[in-house]
Amino acid sequence: MAYSDKVLDHYSNPRNVGSLDKNSSEVGTGLVGAPECGDVMKLQIKVNPQTNVIEDAKFKTFGCGSAIASSSLATEWVKGKTVDEALQIKNTEIVKELSLPPVKIHCSVLAEDAIRAAIHDWKKKQDAAKPTAVAAQ
Amino acid sequence: MSTDVKTIPQAEHIAPDGVKLPVYMDNHATTPMDPRVLEEMLPYFMEKFGNAASRNHSFGWAAEEGVETARERIAKLVGATPKEIIFTSGATESDNLAIKGVAEMYKEKGNHIITAVTEHKAVLDTCKRLEKYGYRVTYLPVQKDGLVDLDELKRAMDNKTILVTIMAANNEIGVLQPVAEIGKLCHERGIIFHTDATQAVGKVPVDVNKQNIDVMSISAHKMYGPKGVGALYVRRKNPRVQISAIIDGGGHERGMRSGTLNVPGIVGLGKACAIASEEMAKEACHLAGLRNRLRDRIMSGLDEVYINGSMEHRLPGNLNISFAYVEGESLLMGINDIAVSSGSACTSATLEPSYVLKALGTGDDLAHSSIRFGIGRFNTEAEVDYVADRVVETVTRLRELSPLYEMAKEGVDLKSVKWAAE
Repeated sequence: MAYSDKVLDHYSNPRNVGSLDKNSSEVGTGLVGAPECGDVMKLQIKVNPQTNVIEDAKFKTFGCGSAIASSSLATEWVKGKTVDEALQIKNTEIVKELSLPPVKIHCSVLAEDAIRAAIHDWKKKQDAAKPTAVAAQ
Repeated sequence: MSTDVKTIPQAEHIAPDGVKLPVYMDNHATTPMDPRVLEEMLPYFMEKFGNAASRNHSFGWAAEEGVETARERIAKLVGATPKEIIFTSGATESDNLAIKGVAEMYKEKGNHIITAVTEHKAVLDTCKRLEKYGYRVTYLPVQKDGLVDLDELKRAMDNKTILVTIMAANNEIGVLQPVAEIGKLCHERGIIFHTDATQAVGKVPVDVNKQNIDVMSISAHKMYGPKGVGALYVRRKNPRVQISAIIDGGGHERGMRSGTLNVPGIVGLGKACAIASEEMAKEACHLAGLRNRLRDRIMSGLDEVYINGSMEHRLPGNLNISFAYVEGESLLMGINDIAVSSGSACTSATLEPSYVLKALGTGDDLAHSSIRFGIGRFNTEAEVDYVADRVVETVTRLRELSPLYEMAKEGVDLKSVKWAAE
């Protein structure tokens, strides 16, 4: 299969590879996919508690070149966005940006899922922190 | 703690001395033609263009002579007689002709066929079609090493069994089945034994009498011959095997395969067999040496690397390895100056990981991580070293990118993780 230049670029020079402290209250972690399916993405975001802006994002991916590129691109796109803005990112935009062929669309879906899962995890941590705040009032 | 991973950007690779890029190491898919084969074929395109079936002029005779020389050479390589060799368009046709031809011819005798789950699709899909026509097919499982269990085979045989079809060498893992023993079991019960020997002929010794083979598929392009030509061996005595034709027409090839003969291709197949007769023994030692060198160099550079299939019963040029925590297609992308194959779903037309590896009990995760190396006549030691080093470097790079590798290193049991279903 021929890859687009953008996929090749992200594969050869992946952006934001690494891990954030998953126990931090400011960090949300999304782990999606399954080894049996040949794709696992871990995407993490670090959110500023005052502004809800995603200040940092990291990923690690087990998967084909398109999966690596989709998650690498996702970290680039979420950085600097607020959590609500990041939730607006659609897999179709990733498909378009990377010129993914139809058989690789699931890679972009997985990247969107990873963003959502990371935000969901972060929100859960905020909600868990809230009741004590309410109780204190 | 947050960690940044500085991944090494994929560098431009410069070929070391004696290595020409890209390196071809996918000799189970196809082999380059041996120049000696091409040389032998060339006159049959222009000067000796005749139809081998033209009996009354010199053009036909010249073509026929080329064909008959080829028939003798093929027969010699496998211990057959020339009259037992039928030319076809390749191993897929040979498999179809063997299985459908026997099934049709012996349908009065029985309707049961035995094969194995790791067979090539040319065999499996042919058997599946016969099931639609009322035949009963047993698909034998294989053991962890890829070998068929002879006791299971024995148990599967019944008084309706007319055919056992089990390959000589597997195209993915290179595992050699106990063909002689399988043939013996068949002969004791009056069952016809077909073997798809596409990957075996010309690579390891094959003798239809010593190994009790009744029908055997052969391909030219897996043994440094041209594409689009193959042969079917059909035993003529002890027992005499008959097969129904699946292509009707002019009655060529003793009525078993009509169609004007592909004379240049057949001449090429014959020459490829003649070369193999001369050089196979020496070549096998050389290839096994290169293969072991590749294996040792990769395994000394990486942990959690698993060989798929028996190392003992294996084609000399085959190596099939799973690299845990790295997906096969991304690995192929990283070694894009090397031509090899992967059992990963992403590289298959069906989007399913290799059914052969699954049959060995290899988990889907490791099947996705597998690479097949097929070392051939024209590979060199320098190429093997280059390939090993590139694989080690790329797997290391991709493991730094892999959440699974990170989790495994943290002591997480990946089997116990509840993965979100896709």
